[in-house]
Amino acid sequence: MNATRTNAKMNALRALAILAVFALLPLAARAQDDSGITLIKNATIITITHGRIEHGSLLIRDGKIADVGTDVQAPAGAKVIDASGMFVMPGIIDCHTHIAVDGDVNEGSISVSSMANIKDVLNPYDVDIYHELAGGVVIGNVLHGSANPIGGQTIVIKLKYGAPPEELPFPDAIPGIKFALGENVKHSNFGGPVPRYPDTRMGVEETIRNAFTRAKQYQKDWADYNQRKAAGEQNLIPPRRDLQLEPLVEVLEGKRYIHCHSYVSDEILMLIRVAHDMGFKVRTFQHVLEGYKVADEMVEAGAGGSTFSDWWAYKMEAYEAIPYNAAVMTRRGVIVSVNSDDADEARHLNQEAAKSMHYGDLTENEALRLVTLNPAIQLGIDNHVGSIETGKDADLVIYNHDPLSVYAVVQKTIIDGKVYFDRNEDLANRAALAKEKQDLIEKEKNEGKPAPKAEEKENGEKKPAKKPSRKPKKSNATPQDAPQLAATEIGGAR
Amino acid sequence: MKQQSRIHLLTVSLVVSALCAIAVLASSPVALAQQQSGLSISAGLAQTGEPRFFAIKDARIVPVSGPVIEKGTVVVANGIITAVGTDVTIPPEAAVVDGTGLTVYPGLIDAGATVGLTAEENAGPAGGRGRGPRSATPAKIYNGPQDRPQTTPWVVAADELNPNDPRIQNWRNAGFTTALVEPEGGIFPGQGSVVDLGDERAGNMVVSLRATLGIDFQLSGNFASFPSSLMGAVSYVRQVFIDTRWYQNAEDVYNAHQSGIERPPYDRTEVVVGNALKNNELVLLPAGDKLAIYRAIRLAKEWQIRAAMYGAQEGYSLSNEIAASKLPVFVNVNWPKMEKGADEDALTLRELRLWDRAPSTPAALSKAGVTYAFYSGGLSNPKDILKNVKKAIDAGLSADDALKAMTVNPAQMLGVADRLGSIEQGKIANLVVTDGDLFGEKTKIKDVFVDGMRYEVHEEAPPGPPGGKSMPMQQNNEGVQQ
Repeated sequence: MNATRTNAKMNALRALAILAVFALLPLAARAQDDSGITLIKNATIITITHGRIEHGSLLIRDGKIADVGTDVQAPAGAKVIDASGMFVMPGIIDCHTHIAVDGDVNEGSISVSSMANIKDVLNPYDVDIYHELAGGVVIGNVLHGSANPIGGQTIVIKLKYGAPPEELPFPDAIPGIKFALGENVKHSNFGGPVPRYPDTRMGVEETIRNAFTRAKQYQKDWADYNQRKAAGEQNLIPPRRDLQLEPLVEVLEGKRYIHCHSYVSDEILMLIRVAHDMGFKVRTFQHVLEGYKVADEMVEAGAGGSTFSDWWAYKMEAYEAIPYNAAVMTRRGVIVSVNSDDADEARHLNQEAAKSMHYGDLTENEALRLVTLNPAIQLGIDNHVGSIETGKDADLVIYNHDPLSVYAVVQKTIIDGKVYFDRNEDLANRAALAKEKQDLIEKEKNEGKPAPKAEEKENGEKKPAKKPSRKPKKSNATPQDAPQLAATEIGGAR
Repeated sequence: MKQQSRIHLLTVSLVVSALCAIAVLASSPVALAQQQSGLSISAGLAQTGEPRFFAIKDARIVPVSGPVIEKGTVVVANGIITAVGTDVTIPPEAAVVDGTGLTVYPGLIDAGATVGLTAEENAGPAGGRGRGPRSATPAKIYNGPQDRPQTTPWVVAADELNPNDPRIQNWRNAGFTTALVEPEGGIFPGQGSVVDLGDERAGNMVVSLRATLGIDFQLSGNFASFPSSLMGAVSYVRQVFIDTRWYQNAEDVYNAHQSGIERPPYDRTEVVVGNALKNNELVLLPAGDKLAIYRAIRLAKEWQIRAAMYGAQEGYSLSNEIAASKLPVFVNVNWPKMEKGADEDALTLRELRLWDRAPSTPAALSKAGVTYAFYSGGLSNPKDILKNVKKAIDAGLSADDALKAMTVNPAQMLGVADRLGSIEQGKIANLVVTDGDLFGEKTKIKDVFVDGMRYEVHEEAPPGPPGGKSMPMQQNNEGVQQ
C-alpha cells in the first residue's frame, strides 16, 4: 500500500481494530444452520441478468436458489425473512484480496515464488472476513502479493468466517497464480538488504520468459518419461517433481489462471506478447490502471481487467490512472471488475462500483456487474454465482437501500443459504462481547498476582509474581524488522 | 552440586578411586558434591565400582501402568527395576531405603526440551521447541529450496549433549528423569534423542538416539532469503519430502543398474530425511494454534509421514478433529499469557479466549481419546512444568491423565515404552520419590533415581553453584528471554 494512503487510513483501521473484538460471536451462532429452506419475501430483487423484480420473493433450498419471482410461496417449515423495502442482490465478489491469509502474503525472497501456495495458509478466523461480510462480500480471490514477476499460487474462497480452512475454497474453481509487473517487482520503492534480480523492466520480461522456457522443458521431460514408461522401458528414473515449475505447466495447459498485477500500458502489452510467444493466456490484468489505453489489445488477448474505481498518483506508475478506466474498458468490450486489494475498501465495493456511473456513465446494472457477475466470469465461476438465477448458489446480500446509494447498509449476508452476517444480531451481541473481553483482560491482569486473602487461605499457597516471560511464539511468527515491514507493505500493494 | 547429593554405595577406598575416574569424566561440581555427601545409607555394598542395588520398601507405589500399591517395595539393580510389589524379596546386597510415608512414581518425562544442549548455537530458551534462529550465525542468503535453507536434519541431539549443563540437575530436581532433547533453530533443526537426565558421560544418558525428526516453519526473517513467508516454508518442506522420495527411488534404480543411467546427485538432506522415514522416526509438525493444528493434520496426511503435532495450545477447540486425525500430540504446557503492558485495545477476543482456555486443552484431548504428552516448551524453571500441569488439572484434567502425559504416554509416543514410563519389572530404574501426592500443593520431591542412581533433592536450593560462581547457561537464557 502506498504510504500516504496508509496514513490516511490509520484512523479508520484503528477503529476497525477496536471493532474487531466485537466481531467474534460464537461461530455456531453466526452460521445459522436452518432447515435448509428459507424464503426472502417482499424485496426488490436485483438479479443482474434478468433485471429487477419489485416485491419479489426468493426461495433458498439446500444452499441454492430454488425459485425467484413475484409469486413464490414458502413451503411448510421454511424460515421466512420479510425484506419489505429492502434490496436483495448477488453477494459481492472481490477479484483481488489479501485477507484470510496466515502469515505474509508475499514469498518475496525470490523472483519466481510459484511454489508458495495461498491454499496452505488460509485463515478462516481473520476478522477481516467478518468485516467484509458486513460489507456484503461473499467471495474473494485471495492473491499472493506483488513482490515477484511470478508469484505464488492463489485461490478463490467463500468468506465462511470461522469454518475449517478446508471449507473455504470455492469448489472446483480453477486455481490461479499471481504475476506482477512494474515497480514492486523491481523493488523500486523500498530497498531490501540484498538486491534481487530483476532490477529493470527488461529483467522482468526475461524472468518470465526464462521461467516458462524451463517449465516447457520440464513438461517435455515428463512427457518423454511417460512415453518411455508406457512403451515398457525398464529402470527409468522419473524426473524430479518441481513445485516451482508445476504450476507454470498448469498455466500452459490451461488449468491455472494468471492474475497479473500491472499498471502501465507498455508492460501490459509486454506480457501479452510474452504470453503469445510462450503459448499461455492471461486471465486478468489486476489494477490495470492504464487499461483504458490498451483495451482493444486486452480484448484480443482474451484478458479481463480488474481495476480500482478512482485511485491514482500514489506512485509513479499510477500517475496516468483515470477514474473512467472501468467504463472505458467496459465500452471497448473488456470484462471488467472493480476490486478492493484492501480489507477496508472491500467493505464498500458497492459504492466503488457506483462511481463508474458518475465517471463514464455506466448503467446501474453495468455498475453492479463490476462487483458481481463480471468478477465471477473472470474467476470462471459464473455458472454458480454472480447473479440471482434458479440453481445458482444462494450467495446473497440484503441491503436496506438500493446498493448503489451511499445510504445502503448491509442487513444480512448469506453464503450457500446460511446467514454469515446479521446486522441486528451483531448489534445485539456487542455489549456482551465487550464485557467478555473486559472480564478476560481483568483475569489476565490478575494472573500471577497474589490472590485475595480469602482465596489465599483456600489455595494454601501464595502465588509468586511471575517474571515477565516471552509469550510462546506461534509457529508462523516472524521478526518484525524493517525488511519484513517492507514485505508487509507490499502485500497490499497497489 | 551443593543442593543435591548423589549418594553412592562404595566403600571409602572405592570412593577415592571412583572419584578419580569420575572427576575426569564429569564436571568438578559433581565431584565436589560427592565429597560433601559422604555415605548416608545404612547398608549396601557395591560389588565393584558401579553396580547399584537399592530397595525402597514400605512405600506407596504408583506404577502408572497398573493399580496403586499402597504399601510395597521396589527393587533396583544395575539401573533396572528388578522387582515391584507387596511381596518382594530384598536381595542382601541392596541398600534399603525406608519408604514409609513416601510415594514412588515413575520418573517424569519432558517430551520436548533443549536440556543438555548447551552448544552456542543452541543457546535459546531452555526446553524450547524449534524457536529462534540460530544465534551468532551470520544471515545467509538462500535463493530457493535447492539451497536447503536452515536445514540440518543430520544434527542428532545425543551427539551434542553436555552433561555439565546445569539445567539437567534443575530438571531432575523437579522430578524429570528423562527428556526428549531436540536440536532447535531452523526448518529441519535435527533429530531428537530420548535422554536420561543423569550426570554421567553423555553416552550413558542416551536411551534412544534418533526418536524424532523435527520440523518448524521457520522463516528467514528478512525479505531477501528464502523462505520469507509461512507459505514459502510449507512449500519448502513439501519439496524436501518429494525430493527425499525421489532420491530413494532413483538410488534404488541406480544401484541396481549403474551402467548407462544418469547418476542421481547426492544430497545430504535427502539421504538423512530418507533414513529418518525408513527408521519410522516420529516427524514433529508445528501445531501452535488452531490454524496450525488444521495444517498439521492436512500435511501429515498429504506427506504420508508418521507424524505428531506439537504445541496444540488451542487444541481445546479442535479435540475431535485431532482425535479423528489419530495424530499423537505434544502439548506445550508453557501456557500463553498476556504480555505485561499490552495495549488492551489491540487485544482480540480470540487471543484472550486462547489465554484463558489453553490449560483446558489436555482435558479436552483426554475426553476425545487423543494420546498426548506434555513438554516444557521454553519454560526456564522446570518447577513451573508441574505448576502449569496443575492449571490443566484445575481446568478439568484428571490427575491420572496428567501423570500419564508425563510418563507412559510420551514413552509410548517416543517408542521407548518397553523401557520407560512406568514402574514395572525390567524397566529402567527412573523413579521419583515424594512425600505426598505429586500434584499436592505442599508435596516435596525427596529423591530422584535416574538409571538406578540416586539423587537427593534438597529443599533450600541456593541460586547458584558452590562458591557463588555464576551459571553462565542460565544467565544466557535470561538474556534471551528479556
